[in-house]
Amino acid sequence: MTLLNPDADEHSAELARARRRRNRAIFTLLSGIVAALVLFEGFFVLRDSQAPKLVTALFAMIWGGGGMAILYLIANQLVEFTPSQWQRRLTPVVFVLPAIAFVVYFLALPAARTFIASLFDRNGTNFVGLANYITVFTEPFMLTTFRNNVLWIVFGATFTIAFGLLVAALADRSKFENLAKAIIFMPMAISLVGAGVIWRFIYAVRDPSDVQIGLLNAIVVALGGEPQAWIAMLQPWNNLFLIVIVVWMQTGYAMVLFSAAIKSVPTDIIEAARVDGAGEFKIFFSIIIPSIMGTIVTVSATVIIFTLKIFDVVLVMTGGQYGTDVIATQFYNQYFVNRNFGLGSAIAIVLLLTVIPVMVYNLRQFNKRETL
Amino acid sequence: MAKSKGNPFPRVFVNVTLAIVCLLWLIPTLGLFVSSFRPRDEIMSSGWWTILPHRVWVTTEQIKPDPSVDRNGVMTFEGATGTFEQFRQGVESPDGKRVVWIGNKRAGTVQVQEQQWSGLPATTLQNYHDVLAGKNVTIAGNAEEAARKGEDMSDAFINSMAVTFPAVVIPILMAAFAAYGFAWMRFPGRKLVFALMVALLVVPLQIALVPVLSDYVHLRLNGTYMSVWLAHTGFGLPLAVFLLYNYISTLPREIMEAAIVDGASHFKIFWRLVLPLSTPALASFAIFQFLWVWNDYLVALIFIGNVPGVQVLTMRLADMVGSRGSDWHLLTAGGFVSMALPLIVFFSLQRYFVRGLTAGSVK
Repeated sequence: MTLLNPDADEHSAELARARRRRNRAIFTLLSGIVAALVLFEGFFVLRDSQAPKLVTALFAMIWGGGGMAILYLIANQLVEFTPSQWQRRLTPVVFVLPAIAFVVYFLALPAARTFIASLFDRNGTNFVGLANYITVFTEPFMLTTFRNNVLWIVFGATFTIAFGLLVAALADRSKFENLAKAIIFMPMAISLVGAGVIWRFIYAVRDPSDVQIGLLNAIVVALGGEPQAWIAMLQPWNNLFLIVIVVWMQTGYAMVLFSAAIKSVPTDIIEAARVDGAGEFKIFFSIIIPSIMGTIVTVSATVIIFTLKIFDVVLVMTGGQYGTDVIATQFYNQYFVNRNFGLGSAIAIVLLLTVIPVMVYNLRQFNKRETL
Repeated sequence: MAKSKGNPFPRVFVNVTLAIVCLLWLIPTLGLFVSSFRPRDEIMSSGWWTILPHRVWVTTEQIKPDPSVDRNGVMTFEGATGTFEQFRQGVESPDGKRVVWIGNKRAGTVQVQEQQWSGLPATTLQNYHDVLAGKNVTIAGNAEEAARKGEDMSDAFINSMAVTFPAVVIPILMAAFAAYGFAWMRFPGRKLVFALMVALLVVPLQIALVPVLSDYVHLRLNGTYMSVWLAHTGFGLPLAVFLLYNYISTLPREIMEAAIVDGASHFKIFWRLVLPLSTPALASFAIFQFLWVWNDYLVALIFIGNVPGVQVLTMRLADMVGSRGSDWHLLTAGGFVSMALPLIVFFSLQRYFVRGLTAGSVK
């Protein structure tokens, strides 16, 4: 039989292969459905779980990490069963779509929804047009808020850049480079809330007749001065004392980038200048600074964005009182404390508008690099 | 690196300035660290720097002033001369002793004090114990006495972990897939979509809080771990995709092509080749995201809110600053408990963190 009709044999083998392939596809599909169901169920289990914390936490980790991996795996297997031209089209979707979906849902879509909410009144029921924006740009408390953000940007960025440059330049010439960098860098690992706690011990104020337990007031009293309520009084300069905290935290970031940039300045140029008799300061200002200008711009942009969005420090230290509100805390206070949904949304939109120039700059930089 | 030779002045100048800046940077944290080991009463009554050896006045002698001494005139004790008001403030005698009047004018006593070096400072682990185990609070009621365990931070520590780990693992996996897709696959709109992703890098997440929260409320998701790590996944993805794309797109083309010629699927190349090769980039993003989520306050505050039992460390700490701003001894230890893990991660993986920082922005 086989000798007589080899075609038929090949045909049936082909059929068997196709059947196996189909069976495997069905199996994968089924396991995909089961996995999806388990993950879906896990969602409710996690949401409503009364189990001990540690168990829930472990389950959350496995569910999240493992579940995601399995979904990718199964989606890919399914795609591999489709005809090859479909496969070519679908594989990128499997790779890229989940990330896009998350970003759209958590960032892009909310921007639109918040904008719509900003056109309605405090309960979100009546359309009020741009009234909330008029409030944002005319009310005195909002103007104070903007003024504070300007203070944050100007002083925060300037001091961070200046200290970052100083430490990077000094550390580059010191034997203790690594130690110094680690010390300056350390605050970056601390939460802004933790930093707030740390700085309470610097700014604490007591009655003049008591012993001062805050370092700054202890120094002031030792020098014969009156103890001050640093973060409550002296408006608007109390903002500066909050800014100091963030400078303390961000200098490490600036320093790391500057340090890398300084190290990439060609040594022969510096040597040549030295041979020509240029002093260290001259070298620093006329050679090093111009050649790391690109990095200075990048760091400034990053620090400015960070200070624009500053929230935790202010909320923990003053809650926005004593004239220290910034856009992000004002948003929180208006939306979640005063429950003025329209105004809160408008403030969030204004915050978004302020970072658009940086967005455009980023895109341009990116395009420039891609076309190279 | 060329160092200035033969001129000792700049070297000294550099090191001294550097030392001063480092000291300034270290003092705030050092203050909290020292305070966290001091007994409660001492934290409230003296600055933390008093643990340094310094000279204090110690009473060596008590004198009962003779009733016949005219208390409204000028008096002399142990060589120190002054009026009653002056003695109340303390008068120093020529031989370096200080004489202080304690009590009222008629029946008070006079103390003679000498300056001595302070002894060893008192230290305690009680603050850490109170913070981690929760202080036992006894509430006295009419009929019964209820012993309630105070809020403690070890719960918050577990909560922070439950929020942080999925929030690190999930975006890394998603971003790695997406970065590979953007870097090594050809599909229409690839560049545009990626550019939009980069643009979203700086979007303030405040914009997202309200709409996402309202969805969470509909899904009854607010107040769960999941609500926070899903949100952090969304917020962290643009940076993750960007960082990983920068790395994955520079992997050598020959390796990829060789794998494709061998008939490997994209999935296989990604899983077997790209993921292992990208470990440094994955590590640097992991550290970023870990520090960011662990230290985050805003997202947790909005999505967890006041649901008890789910609160993360930063929320607990912020609560302590607000509701018991006077319990400084708990704040000190609490602060350090919240910093312990990030500091360990940070210093053990600093190399990757720095690499991520420089890859993310310079160039």
